[in-house]
Amino acid sequence: MNESGDRTGGTFFSRLKAGLSKTRELLFMNVEAIARGIGPVDEAVLSELEEALVLADAGADLAVEYVDTLRAAWRRGELPDVEALRSRLRRMVEETLAPRMAPLVVAPPYPFVVLVVGVNGVGKTTTIGKMASWLKGEGHSVLVAAADTFRAAAIDQLQVWADRAGAGIVRHKEGADSSAVAFDAVRAAKSRGSHVVLVDTAGRLHTKSHLMEEVRKVVRVLGKEVPGAPHEVLLVLDATGGRNAIAQAKTFQEVTGVTGLALTKLDGTAKGGVVLSVTREVGAPIRFIGVGEKAEDLRPFDARSFAEALF
Amino acid sequence: MFENLSDKFQGVLKKLRGHGRITEGNVEGALNEVRLALLEADVNYRVVKEFVAGVRQKALGAEVLASLSPDQHFIKIVHDGMAKMMGTQAHDLNLARKPPVPVMLVGLQGSGKTTSCGKIALHLQKRKRSPFLVPADVYRPAAIEQLKVLARQLDIPCFDSRPDADPVDICREAMRYAALNGYDTVLLDTAGRLHIDAPLMEELARIKSAIDPGDILLVADAMTGQDAVNVAKAFHEKLGLTGVVLTKMDGDARGGAALSIRAVTGAPVKFVGVGEKLDALEPFHPDRMASRILGMGDILTFVEKAQEQVDEKQARELQKKLRRNEFTLDDFRDQLVRLRKMGSVEDLLGMIPGVGGKVKEMKGMAPDESELKKVVAIIDSMTAQERRNAKLLNGSRRKRIAAGSGTTVQDVNRLMKNFQQAEEMIKRFSKGGMKGMGRNLPFFR
Repeated sequence: MNESGDRTGGTFFSRLKAGLSKTRELLFMNVEAIARGIGPVDEAVLSELEEALVLADAGADLAVEYVDTLRAAWRRGELPDVEALRSRLRRMVEETLAPRMAPLVVAPPYPFVVLVVGVNGVGKTTTIGKMASWLKGEGHSVLVAAADTFRAAAIDQLQVWADRAGAGIVRHKEGADSSAVAFDAVRAAKSRGSHVVLVDTAGRLHTKSHLMEEVRKVVRVLGKEVPGAPHEVLLVLDATGGRNAIAQAKTFQEVTGVTGLALTKLDGTAKGGVVLSVTREVGAPIRFIGVGEKAEDLRPFDARSFAEALF
Repeated sequence: MFENLSDKFQGVLKKLRGHGRITEGNVEGALNEVRLALLEADVNYRVVKEFVAGVRQKALGAEVLASLSPDQHFIKIVHDGMAKMMGTQAHDLNLARKPPVPVMLVGLQGSGKTTSCGKIALHLQKRKRSPFLVPADVYRPAAIEQLKVLARQLDIPCFDSRPDADPVDICREAMRYAALNGYDTVLLDTAGRLHIDAPLMEELARIKSAIDPGDILLVADAMTGQDAVNVAKAFHEKLGLTGVVLTKMDGDARGGAALSIRAVTGAPVKFVGVGEKLDALEPFHPDRMASRILGMGDILTFVEKAQEQVDEKQARELQKKLRRNEFTLDDFRDQLVRLRKMGSVEDLLGMIPGVGGKVKEMKGMAPDESELKKVVAIIDSMTAQERRNAKLLNGSRRKRIAAGSGTTVQDVNRLMKNFQQAEEMIKRFSKGGMKGMGRNLPFFR
């Protein structure tokens, strides 16, 4: 993971902060007392906060739980004013997120195989493009596998990203067997000595059992060719999606095993809350978050800077 | 579709069933459950609040109709409220004007604009219009190519947009081209954008004023969360939406977006996308949807679908056979092929009243496309006699069939096992296991 100072001061942090501004506004501007920043805590403030959390897609359960905890603290007299409420909430957010923080570590034996899965339209291909750039920047050689052979022009889209990142690509024709593409890609990676293989798969709704079966086959094929592969099954979730993200994660977890999450499209929408509910209800760490369209807008997830940007 | 939401409602209503009349006490519990169910379904918080308040008022204010029990009355109020929230009737595109009529598709990234464009084109072509596809997404890599590929698959003409052109110019030129070549409906596929991206939203407004579209459709993902309302509102304020296409409804997303968007913009849902294939597009029926949400099932859609695929005479014949216990491998094959044409088994079963919750158990029973091909090949490799009497199939016959169909004996065995299960299931159904509903309909296995 990038240890330089840009995590807190640089452009990514400011973009993250800008990206979460909507969530921040929603959380605090809606709660008038908190927006003013002064004044006592009362029942009205707490219930407004609960509403704001639900609106930010944090999920009704989590919202109720947070607010119950805060209410208990308030009754004990620990939250004299909204400033105290705010910093307590911030600490709670950090506590929720911290245990799920684990950056993706790419390590030998190479090739390190990453299988990227998710429902349609969450941004799998784009995420792979951005990951390829990031990994190149970390000094790895990258090969992408165009195993989304279903969606029209998905292969061409990945080709453009591979060219931009300077990564190699293994592609077949549209309609080809995606396991075959994955197989060829790891073979090629072995002979070229590539460090990382990123396997793009077709979007599939988690309710379609036959499509889930297909991705299971890709997993099998990868495992046969490279012992231990896929080393990472990265589930891409759309942050603008609501509670369904949890259902998606659970099904993919069952079928392929999910070892990491990438949350995309966090910019611009008021949905930062989904990070909280996903973190809590899905047992896999958040590896990356995407807050913009540029290649550098995908970054390893960091709980502290996220909480900082949110408050 | 909406399966979990109806599960929840059924739970709520059971609680109400034991009570003699609707009182403030017992309705409050039910209302709270409704509220949580809707929130969990991603219906917008404020929309939920309003909706629940409306239901409370009606439930307490109104006299319980003599013919209804309190829980039925409560269902009726919730049902009517929901149907109203989603709009009261099905809406079609506004095509009644001088051709070519431009139709603009807008929305967030990944909501399914390009695919919907192809689906709507096919829908129009089936209705004797001559659609023209225009890729106007110059930003996402290979987006133009994606629509062109779809156009080739559908054999529908597509404008040769260039990725270095300005989207406004592309649309203007495409309109001119369509007029010259006699296309009557022009589908403009615009780039996905966030509703807060001011320059890109401005671009849409410029396209709108350049070509004056008959319809501006917001393509929204059924999986969208609380933000659906903000997205819809932003697009609506900038462009004046005339309709919504709700995509990915074949997943298990609660689809709360359907409820919220209409409530906020007033723009009706015109189509829903229900699958990856290009013909998986349906008109939206709010009343039917409300029934479905409430666990009353969507029998109308189901019957329509069945009628599309089954000719009545065949169905009657089959029914006779079933009664006489003469279900053969030939029938099995026909049913599988027909079923596949109707859509996934899960979807179909979800439409039948009282089955919604059980669908999960039946998942994985349906063969996928390649498996289906295998099944057909295996059955075709049998002799006529074998097909009529499956008991003949001993080891050596199975070996021969496997060789003949290019499969393995294991495949043949698996098929036979499935066939036996289907036989048993049918016996159960024809004894009236499904309140008689399923008896006339070929959905088994």
